[in-house]
Amino acid sequence: MLRGLWQLTWLEIKIFAREPLGLVGSIAFPVLIFVVLRRATGSVRGVAALPRFVSVDLPVFASVMIAASAVLSLVAIIAIYREGGILKRLRATPLRPHTILTAHVLVKLLFTAVTLGALIMVGRRIYPVDAGVPLLSYTVALLFSTASLISLGFVLASVVPTARFAQPIGSLALYPMLGFSGLFVPVESLPPMLQAIARALPLTYAVSLLRGIWHGEGWAAHASDAAILALMFLIFTAIATKVFRWE
Amino acid sequence: MPSPPVVHVAAIRKTYGRTVAVDEVSFNVQPGEIFGLIGPNGAGKTTTMECVEGLRVPDRGAISVLGLDPARNRHALQERIGVQLQEAQLQKRIKVIEAVGLWASLYQKPLDGDRLIEQLGLSDKRNAWFMTLSGGQKQRLFIALALINDPEVVFLDELTTGLDPQARRAIWDLVRGIRQRGKTVLLTTHLMEEAERLCDRVAIIDHGRIIDIGAPAELVLRHCPERTVFVATDDVTAAERFRALPQVQSVVSDPSTALGAGGQLIIRGQGDLVTEVIHCLAEHRIRVTDFRTEVPTLEDVFLKLTGHLIRD
Repeated sequence: MLRGLWQLTWLEIKIFAREPLGLVGSIAFPVLIFVVLRRATGSVRGVAALPRFVSVDLPVFASVMIAASAVLSLVAIIAIYREGGILKRLRATPLRPHTILTAHVLVKLLFTAVTLGALIMVGRRIYPVDAGVPLLSYTVALLFSTASLISLGFVLASVVPTARFAQPIGSLALYPMLGFSGLFVPVESLPPMLQAIARALPLTYAVSLLRGIWHGEGWAAHASDAAILALMFLIFTAIATKVFRWE
Repeated sequence: MPSPPVVHVAAIRKTYGRTVAVDEVSFNVQPGEIFGLIGPNGAGKTTTMECVEGLRVPDRGAISVLGLDPARNRHALQERIGVQLQEAQLQKRIKVIEAVGLWASLYQKPLDGDRLIEQLGLSDKRNAWFMTLSGGQKQRLFIALALINDPEVVFLDELTTGLDPQARRAIWDLVRGIRQRGKTVLLTTHLMEEAERLCDRVAIIDHGRIIDIGAPAELVLRHCPERTVFVATDDVTAAERFRALPQVQSVVSDPSTALGAGGQLIIRGQGDLVTEVIHCLAEHRIRVTDFRTEVPTLEDVFLKLTGHLIRD
């Protein structure tokens, strides 16, 4: 069933690590941004003067950016692999189609977890994390959210015409979601029309879940967020299964 | 008793939208032979091949590979066939040894990857990334991947396209080596020279249909029996002697040379013309200063059958 999954996953990890800027882009860069923003926060006396997302939600913001970059990277890789006939070549082996794609999901989730770990470690040294923050639970929440977004990524990867369009189309689909996600402006304070849009986007639930877990509200309080993310995962996966192109 | 064919294709048809890619295509590939599907780009070779490999399902018709239906028994068949796809790539930064290792891990009874790498002359590229390989090295790696499971039949799609003549010849030797191991090879090519040098039998395919099947020499004889012999001689009786031969249709002197002063005769005819001309020369002790023959090739057969040239 899963023959070759570990071999392929391990290989894809190594191949990704060999990309110029692969590790730098996916791990070092988000950490750097985080540190810079953190320092900016630390040097300003009046916390109230800062936007709420920097003073309170910086870890959530940083995490969402990690998830978004994981999804974008996945969309780009799938598009490149399809264009180069790599997907087709892999499919002409005993590897099952879902094994090939699962390997890429695992690689992205692994790098998401590693980046988050690096972020927390570096962040701790300059700005101690509240001891009450359930880091393990938070990591699970981020991976859960990333997986849900990745399923949307597969739908995007199916519709991008060529590898060249993967990055711009992916960004165009993902980043506007940030504006509605409740990260910068609470969803409740949006006009009703925009609220409706916000509630249709997976990122809104991911932000709510991550924010809740970070502030120690627990999974029970955010069961509906988790359930909706899971439901969206199922829907996007079902759509992707229908529309995914191997060549 | 003749052994059953390794590949049996019966009247398959495949359409993409309104385009008919392949229609009424039928052929058999016998054990141990190199069989070529030859025709121009877009003739339907790759579609036919991918149906046989189980990557596509024909709209109509039947296919059997090693007694199995590739559409239904794709996974069972994959253990027993080797595949090289047209214009496929691997991950840019995958190492040769990693690709071979991954492929080996996917099959139940893989060959020794290191030995295969050595046999295909890739030992010094073992740790090289795919993107750094030359065209010929990439194709040798794809042959290695097609052979890793010690398959009974190997499918090679446009194996030498884009390679320089030297690399192409090296690949031909490798394909002959596959046959020597007792395996059956089905390949596609739009290079007539490749088909002539490599294939035991070929099927000429154009606009999705098979036009004729046979050994290259047999097809040439069947469709282009005419032969031409060029003889340079100052013997003025020569032309008359050649005209007397039953196989000869015409003898003319090459207008660009002067007859009688080492001028050249162009002798056209059919069948065993070359042998008869040589006998005639020997019998009448005709002195020649030059002797050349022109025998039609598969290229000529293709032109004659389809009315157009195969483009490289």
